[in-house]
Amino acid sequence: MVHGAYQAADFLVVAPVALCLLFGAGLLMIRKRVDWHPFVAIPGFCLLFAADVLLLLKVAADGPRTMMMGDWQPPFGIAFTVDMLGALFVTTAGFVALASSIYATFSISRTERRYGFFPFLFLMMGGVSGAFLTGDVFNLYVWFEVLLIGSFGLLILGSEHEQLDGATKYCFLNLVATTLFLVTTGYLYGLFGTLNMADIAEKAGRFENDGALLTIAVLYLVAFGMKAAAFPLNFWLPASYHTPRFVVSALFAGLLTKVGVYALIRVLLMLFPPQHADLATLIAWVAALTMLVGAFGALAQSDLRRLLNYFVIAGIGTIFAGLALTEPGGGAAAGMVATSAGAAATDAAAGEAAALLPGSTSQVVGLSGAVFYAVHSIMVMTALYLAAGTAARIAGSSSLRVMGGLWRSRPALAALMLVFLLAVSGLPPFSGFWPKVILVRGAFQAGLPVLGAIILLTGFLMTVASARVFALAFWRNAPAAPEADAENAVFRAEGEPAPLVSLLPLLMLAVFVVAAGILPQWLTELTDVAARGIVDPAAYVGSVFGGGS
Amino acid sequence: METVLSLVVGCLFAVSLYLILSKHIIRMLLGVVLLSNAVNILIFNAGRITSVAPPLVPEGAEAPLSDVANPLPQALILTAIVISFSFFAFLLVLAYRAYQDLGTDDTDQMRVAEPEEDGPPPLGY
Repeated sequence: MVHGAYQAADFLVVAPVALCLLFGAGLLMIRKRVDWHPFVAIPGFCLLFAADVLLLLKVAADGPRTMMMGDWQPPFGIAFTVDMLGALFVTTAGFVALASSIYATFSISRTERRYGFFPFLFLMMGGVSGAFLTGDVFNLYVWFEVLLIGSFGLLILGSEHEQLDGATKYCFLNLVATTLFLVTTGYLYGLFGTLNMADIAEKAGRFENDGALLTIAVLYLVAFGMKAAAFPLNFWLPASYHTPRFVVSALFAGLLTKVGVYALIRVLLMLFPPQHADLATLIAWVAALTMLVGAFGALAQSDLRRLLNYFVIAGIGTIFAGLALTEPGGGAAAGMVATSAGAAATDAAAGEAAALLPGSTSQVVGLSGAVFYAVHSIMVMTALYLAAGTAARIAGSSSLRVMGGLWRSRPALAALMLVFLLAVSGLPPFSGFWPKVILVRGAFQAGLPVLGAIILLTGFLMTVASARVFALAFWRNAPAAPEADAENAVFRAEGEPAPLVSLLPLLMLAVFVVAAGILPQWLTELTDVAARGIVDPAAYVGSVFGGGS
Repeated sequence: METVLSLVVGCLFAVSLYLILSKHIIRMLLGVVLLSNAVNILIFNAGRITSVAPPLVPEGAEAPLSDVANPLPQALILTAIVISFSFFAFLLVLAYRAYQDLGTDDTDQMRVAEPEEDGPPPLGY
């Protein structure tokens, strides 16, 4: 049982949320002193990232931690429970927020700061951190809404026609998705009489009414699939993510869809494992179609920003592929098994693997790969949008028809962009390679060779799209007479940034991309712990109710 | 009582879905309002409706002496009302601003962010 007297270290569990809300409120009070904003915001994000890292280290050392709001005892109070999955996501989020805020110091104008860029950024990060840390389903809904309100403010910053158009679609679709989440949470409460995740995880196993649980699981899949932009619920993303400022797009593309993925892992995989196994075939098809829609969509785009939108979708599909893996022969995912001989061979291989590594089932492997890919995707999508932002400012446009000559004029930027493009396509020696290896191997182990092949095909198509971006925007000489592009004139008017400041956030992200590509071991160990914690949530439940139960 | 309220929730959902499927933003907004109210009644219903005493603990006692009504759904609904109201206010302003700037409230004609004909990307240079 959680005791009344908390140690100082326990407050780390709520520190990321508290810091974000504190700095957000503080920045609102000095709203008119726009010159001070960066000097308050950058240390704020440094503090946030430091708190996230300390939390991650604490969780890695001691296992899941719980703090009860107002010291109301579980299951009645609102629990903040952090396990390895939450700690890993919140640390990654803190890192990209820090990189983006450094980028924002020169890319966000004084007027936009006056309209509250930094306060909205902190409030959105508060929502994102809260969603990653909470241990209560209704509280998760509240943090979703907090991050949505923050994201609305960031999305319409500038009030251009394009932004109002994109924001209208984004707002309606996300509002409907969160309402669906709330509907399902209402059903969940009606069935269990509790909203504490640990309490539900314990009770769901003993629950008789399978039909009701399956209904809830499907509704959660739809609601979070909408949030994560999984096919066929992905059309709001390419309609809106290219409209705001580049730094805002970067954070949205990196973080917001992954919050949906995180919620899906937390709620569907941890709370309802049998229902997840029933839905595995559906998730596998969703994953395959999402990957293909993303890859083909990227190939068809002539604008760099809209092309990156489709890269986000392809990444979501790859993560979903990891969530579709269950035990072979578990009755799930039968629709995609190719031939009985092939399946038998992979079954044998899976059996061997399971015998070699106790506890390392194909579900754990798939989930670990998915979490790894999600962390990689958060980093690399943010980096790509930031690099594209700098490139578009220099070229005066984000259209691939107009851009060119950046390899000659900006070799450092071009080299970094190349690193990120290779990483997002999943080529070694960068961070995208290893999670794809894990996922493809897991797919074959789980008896889903078609899914594994689609992951590889998507990687190939994304390599083609990336190569086109690099060849057109960077490698070729600048087109002789750039077309007059009134729509994109805003980039040219902003002027070129100082090279050092604009490269620093990209370098920070590149360090991760290269480090995770060359030495993936440290990250796979963490994601393995995270995946095991979801498949067997005993430690999570124990941290809420005390070790005994 | 629960059956009646379930039917009410079903009707509200049907009406709000019909309105949200419209292509005019003003109708979608009305649909969103109905949807959030339908969800509130749904949560209220999920907490079971009983005609018993209010959930008050008498002075000196640790727990209520008799059966009391379930206070939790009301706390959940209160939170949901506040959130959905603020969202609706934001959406209303956004829709009005979009109508002013884009000159239409027909979502089929809102193609500024996604122009109809963009053509394929350059295939060589």
